[in-house]
Amino acid sequence: MRLPFALLLALMAAPAGAQERPRQGGELVFVVPAEPPSYDAHREGTFALIHPTAPHYNTLLRIDPNDRTGTRIVGDLAESWTVAEDGRTYAFKLRRGVKFHDGSEMTSRDVKASYDKIIFPPSGVASNRKGIYVNVEAVEAPDRDTVVFRLTWPQGSFLSSLASPFSWIYKADILERDMRWYETHVMGTGPFVFVEHVKGSHWVGRRNPNYWDRGKPHLDGYRALFIKDAAAQVAAVRGERAHIQFRGFSPAERESLVGAMGAKVTVQESPWDCDLLVAMNHERKPFDDRRVRRALTLALDRHEGAQALSRIAIVKAVAGVQVPGTPFATPPAELERLAGYGRDIDKARAEARRLLREAGVPDGFAFTFKNRAVPMPYEPLGVWLIDQWRRVGLTVRQEVLETAKWVADNRGGDFEVSMDAQCGFMVEPDLDLYKFQSTGVSHNNYGRYTDRVLDELYARQSRAVDPEERKRLVREFEKRLLDEEAHYLYTLQWHRIVPHSARVRGWTITPSHFLNQQLDTVWLSE
Amino acid sequence: MAVKPAVLGDVPEVAERGNWRRTVLDFCRARPLGAIGAVVVAINILVGLGANVIAPYDPLTTDYGAMLARPSAAHWLGTDAFGRDVLSRIIYGSRTAMLVGFACAFLGATLGAVIGVTSAYFGGRADLLIQRVMDIFLAFPLIILALAVVSILGTGIGNLIVAITIPMIPRAALVARSSALAIREMPYVDAARAAGFSHRRIILRHMLPNVMAPYLIMLTAYLGQAILLEASLSFLGLGVAEPTPAWGLMLRGAAVQFAESAPWMAIFPGFAISLAVFAFNLFGDSLRDALDPRLRTQ
Repeated sequence: MRLPFALLLALMAAPAGAQERPRQGGELVFVVPAEPPSYDAHREGTFALIHPTAPHYNTLLRIDPNDRTGTRIVGDLAESWTVAEDGRTYAFKLRRGVKFHDGSEMTSRDVKASYDKIIFPPSGVASNRKGIYVNVEAVEAPDRDTVVFRLTWPQGSFLSSLASPFSWIYKADILERDMRWYETHVMGTGPFVFVEHVKGSHWVGRRNPNYWDRGKPHLDGYRALFIKDAAAQVAAVRGERAHIQFRGFSPAERESLVGAMGAKVTVQESPWDCDLLVAMNHERKPFDDRRVRRALTLALDRHEGAQALSRIAIVKAVAGVQVPGTPFATPPAELERLAGYGRDIDKARAEARRLLREAGVPDGFAFTFKNRAVPMPYEPLGVWLIDQWRRVGLTVRQEVLETAKWVADNRGGDFEVSMDAQCGFMVEPDLDLYKFQSTGVSHNNYGRYTDRVLDELYARQSRAVDPEERKRLVREFEKRLLDEEAHYLYTLQWHRIVPHSARVRGWTITPSHFLNQQLDTVWLSE
Repeated sequence: MAVKPAVLGDVPEVAERGNWRRTVLDFCRARPLGAIGAVVVAINILVGLGANVIAPYDPLTTDYGAMLARPSAAHWLGTDAFGRDVLSRIIYGSRTAMLVGFACAFLGATLGAVIGVTSAYFGGRADLLIQRVMDIFLAFPLIILALAVVSILGTGIGNLIVAITIPMIPRAALVARSSALAIREMPYVDAARAAGFSHRRIILRHMLPNVMAPYLIMLTAYLGQAILLEASLSFLGLGVAEPTPAWGLMLRGAAVQFAESAPWMAIFPGFAISLAVFAFNLFGDSLRDALDPRLRTQ
């Protein structure tokens, strides 16, 4: 009984300490489980770059660092903004007095150059998020303090896209000279100045004394330690050699830390904007039959699974296409009406057996389920899925593949049923639903289906400016995707668990491990 | 002068035909540790064969109400992170261990013996070439070669058997060749050649039966190694896949994560691996001693 009580105490500890006066000074030490592939966030998509490097930069907009839902947009370099009535022109007023780390002033020219690189990259320059700005016609800088984005059609999620933690503002003069300079160098306007990166060891940043947001950052500096091994990460936090690992730990690791550190640890938890999905290859029989796909989702007791697996894996909530608790998430009562989300599992499984019989699938039908050779949470969810499908008379052989082979098989359609994954940098329907459009429209629809109704719904929700109208369209999309056609299966929502030193204050967990990494609000207590 | 092939075709006896019961009793008296090993091996085999009768639970059935349950009357060895009975999974796991162990040891020792005897029989350039190829394989540690093979072929029991068998072949070939080099000079082999028998017949009927003693020793020694390799590869996630019960697989994942709070998940499968490998090694060593004429006379 001692451990759960300790855990309760740790969870109850105030995470952000908004009411406390931040203490200046100290070096935050955190663990990063992987190394950045390059230093250019416009081309990369990994937390391994964001965690050590984001403190050197600013973005035009950002997510409020105190918002646990990770959806409230605030200005970063933008002081204010206006949206034209037709929803096609966004004008941003920039802050004055913002300086790059080399002492030069940041102007609208720098913002335009950065977004031109992201949205209209020249040949040979990679841009990971070019696709989310497809409706941007032009980026303009009419004067040194104003930036204007002109869109070809209105988009409800446009401000969210501009708050991407990857859209760092670079210096225009440098980009003019060498568009790929930022792949190997660091120089931004952020709260911390780059000191050194020793590959395989650490990354160091020190306080930017000329930071535009007076009084920030609170820390003298930070040190990121690159540690791949999970046990070593836990040991680093437990031994107080590191204050925090921002990505997250497993429930067992949380218990181990809480048990060992007691009041010295604070645990922050949140639904995580990541999901393991099940792709059913519509080009392989019998998965071309919607009855079979529906049977596969009806077999899953998600409610029991969520309760049980949350003890051993980084999953927790039963969710649809949006993270529970966020603006576009389907309310639980409505969600339960979808196939495979109900509470009466016996009834659902009887229906699944009936559908399989009706589709001519014999009892004991065998198929291969391909899974990724990554332990958490692929392994426990794989075991759970196989067990659930076994309960409706299906025989499943699991093939566990190394990541490269798994990705290649998913992309090439060399599978019957396969685990698939999706992780967003922000909870936003445009970002989260893009994948599920017809193959050819979406580059990573591994189910290999064509559904023009779904494509139409995606476009309509994306252009809907009225939030209520958009919610309705997102629900329609969800019902078609997960219930009527059962093109894809959602397993369980990931759950982010960040146990950290109780000395770390001013950092709030969000559903995305990409967000809230500028560290400007973070401080260390005595 | 014509020689009757039938007379020369008879293979000289390696061991005396006799009373098997007495032989077994003599073995037990002379080498009690080997006998204990043999009994454990026999139990392992019987448990594997009769798993569906002996196991108290279905090894695949999850029970989320009994996750990470301590050893109790209901679950003698506790349950794992999915509420599956650890004892039942160990019992069924012995089936995987024995299947992989016997298949790899038999294939490895047999193919190795054939290659080794063939190499010794032909001698000269053929021997030189075969031995250099074997040397290349021998340059890699057993597990490294198995890892390389499994990473090329992929996971699964079939591929695992191939991956473990391949590194065993050159080791068996080396031992078989050294025994066969002496046999090659025996008069009955010369006589078989003179009688005009085919190379295949001489190798398979006249030479191979005479390396039976080292072959049996290799077979038993490789059994333990194969079980250990299967467990190692499964532990690394390169062997059999969940939910198949396998001892090495039971040691990974949640067993590591919950090593402090649910140690039974790792202790009992680990004990099963140790016991099986120890038993095979004991039996193999004793068999080697019993079949080695130099040790037998001491």
